[in-house]
Amino acid sequence: MDKEIKILKYGDLPKLIGRFNSRGFKVLAPVRSGTIVEINPVGSFEEIVLDALLTRQSAKKVAFPKVEKVLEFDILKKGVVQHPVDPEACPETLLFGVRPCDACGFKSLDSIFGDTPADQFYLKKKEKTTIISFACTTADEYCFCTSVGGGPGNTDGSDLQFTPISPEELLVEILTDKGKEAAALFGDLLTDASTGTDKSQHLADVKVVFDVKNVVDKATSSFNDTEFWLDQSLRCIGCGACAFVCPTCACFDLQDEQNTKKGVRLRLWDSCGFSLFTLHTSGHNPREVQSQRWRQRIMHKFSYMPEQFNGVGCVGCGRCSRACPADMNIKEHLTSIAAQ
Amino acid sequence: MNELIKIVTQLLSDKTIGVFIGYEKGSAGRTRALFARNADQAQKLICDDTCTQNLAGYLLKPEIKKLGRIGILANIPALRSIMQLASEHQIKDQSLLVLTANSDGSLTEFCDFHSIEKYLETSDVNITSGEKEMIARLESMTTTERREFWSREFEKCIKCYACRAACPMCYCHRCTTDVNQPQWIPVASHEMGNLEYHLMRAMHLAGRCINCGECAKACPMDIPLNLLTYQLIEPIRENFGKTAGMKADAVYALSTFNPDDTENFIL
Repeated sequence: MDKEIKILKYGDLPKLIGRFNSRGFKVLAPVRSGTIVEINPVGSFEEIVLDALLTRQSAKKVAFPKVEKVLEFDILKKGVVQHPVDPEACPETLLFGVRPCDACGFKSLDSIFGDTPADQFYLKKKEKTTIISFACTTADEYCFCTSVGGGPGNTDGSDLQFTPISPEELLVEILTDKGKEAAALFGDLLTDASTGTDKSQHLADVKVVFDVKNVVDKATSSFNDTEFWLDQSLRCIGCGACAFVCPTCACFDLQDEQNTKKGVRLRLWDSCGFSLFTLHTSGHNPREVQSQRWRQRIMHKFSYMPEQFNGVGCVGCGRCSRACPADMNIKEHLTSIAAQ
Repeated sequence: MNELIKIVTQLLSDKTIGVFIGYEKGSAGRTRALFARNADQAQKLICDDTCTQNLAGYLLKPEIKKLGRIGILANIPALRSIMQLASEHQIKDQSLLVLTANSDGSLTEFCDFHSIEKYLETSDVNITSGEKEMIARLESMTTTERREFWSREFEKCIKCYACRAACPMCYCHRCTTDVNQPQWIPVASHEMGNLEYHLMRAMHLAGRCINCGECAKACPMDIPLNLLTYQLIEPIRENFGKTAGMKADAVYALSTFNPDDTENFIL
């Protein structure tokens, strides 16, 4: 659909949230939780934190939670009886106030989970989620969205995007059919934008630091350069912080938890950074050392994803770098790969 | 700083060591580990009061051990980790080249474990007043309040295992939480899975934790995990008279047996 542009007053945001709440939407937005800001359910607008650059975890947990029940079963004498979990049993959700990079991250997840066989647990939740992103007016030195095809006002993956254009006003872009439907809930709060309203002057300045095509080419051609990957990864301590905060990392594990009578099958986040991730029953591990695991992380996002789907599997949010206990800074690593 | 670069460059060029683990300027004002393997890389070494990370966690990593003899700039927590690892037979005497930066900025090189023990005897190894305050706060809580405190904290856990990966004492080739026959700890990051993982890890560190706080610093969800292991330090000292990471030949309080051990705690 053609994009529509409107104006909304900041002061009307509580009303907007109220409308979604009273319509039975589960509203998720950045809220303060102890020392960090996280995407959590909100009851009222007052709880929402809109000035945090980024939430600690990405928005992926909305459609791909860290723990998810995918099957229940009874263990009887005559065998196991399965009770499927209905993927449709998820509420209509409004994801409000996330950043463009988070919204864009869903595009990678859509490709991965939408591929054959389509993953209904993810897809149904995603289908029922409307995303209102807030364009970025600030950025920090970990951000590199513009180097991977995104930007502080990138609308990919958003149903609606709000850009602060003055202390009182937000520019509203209605981007999808779902966005149009959602906007109908607060249509009376919207006014027409004057022609020529340009959001770009209000956006954060995020410099392009590398040519992503170079990263794709060089990562692919450097696959066998073990010294190079070792050099990059000596500092890596092999935890899963980067993968778990990443908006596009989609690897998961399946675990059955059961007693003698019944059980559940759970889908859990997993990470290629763990040595256990590729450990075979035989004891052989094809990715025996951390440099191979680090290479896999880069290759998956910058070689395998572009090969399999459309575009790289990184949105440049920099969450992995901020979360890394060892200061593995992906922007820096990608810059050095591109410069190889 | 220049003295460190000079010494390390010499050690690398005469092949006394294959790699030197020190610190360099990281991103966004952070300080991070540097693995200097040649003179050029050694130029990036820094030595100042931002060098607080306990680098001993890198000593047992297979890819780092392969680089040759290791030299390390060890701060007090790292020296204590080295002592503890030695007592657990993970590091042999004189296998490492250990340097430390003194408070006046000068460097000390240790010729053996014994000299590290001597150095630690005169060093301040106590926990900070802030940490003491937090522990006092936890101890003043009722059991229910304390359980609620930890439940709220563990709820944030995403089981990325950064705490384990950052801990110099978590070097097990196969962690209990990774064992699946039998499955001791639920893999899922749900309430029970998180609780069992963190309590198991704390118990495995009882009497071994040298309170460097790397677990808490590593946690991307800001869980003050160090408080769990800190709380075990005092009971171990009171009951067994041991402080971890002070002696290279110390016996681990919870894995030794003496015929004359008191058994008054057995009901």
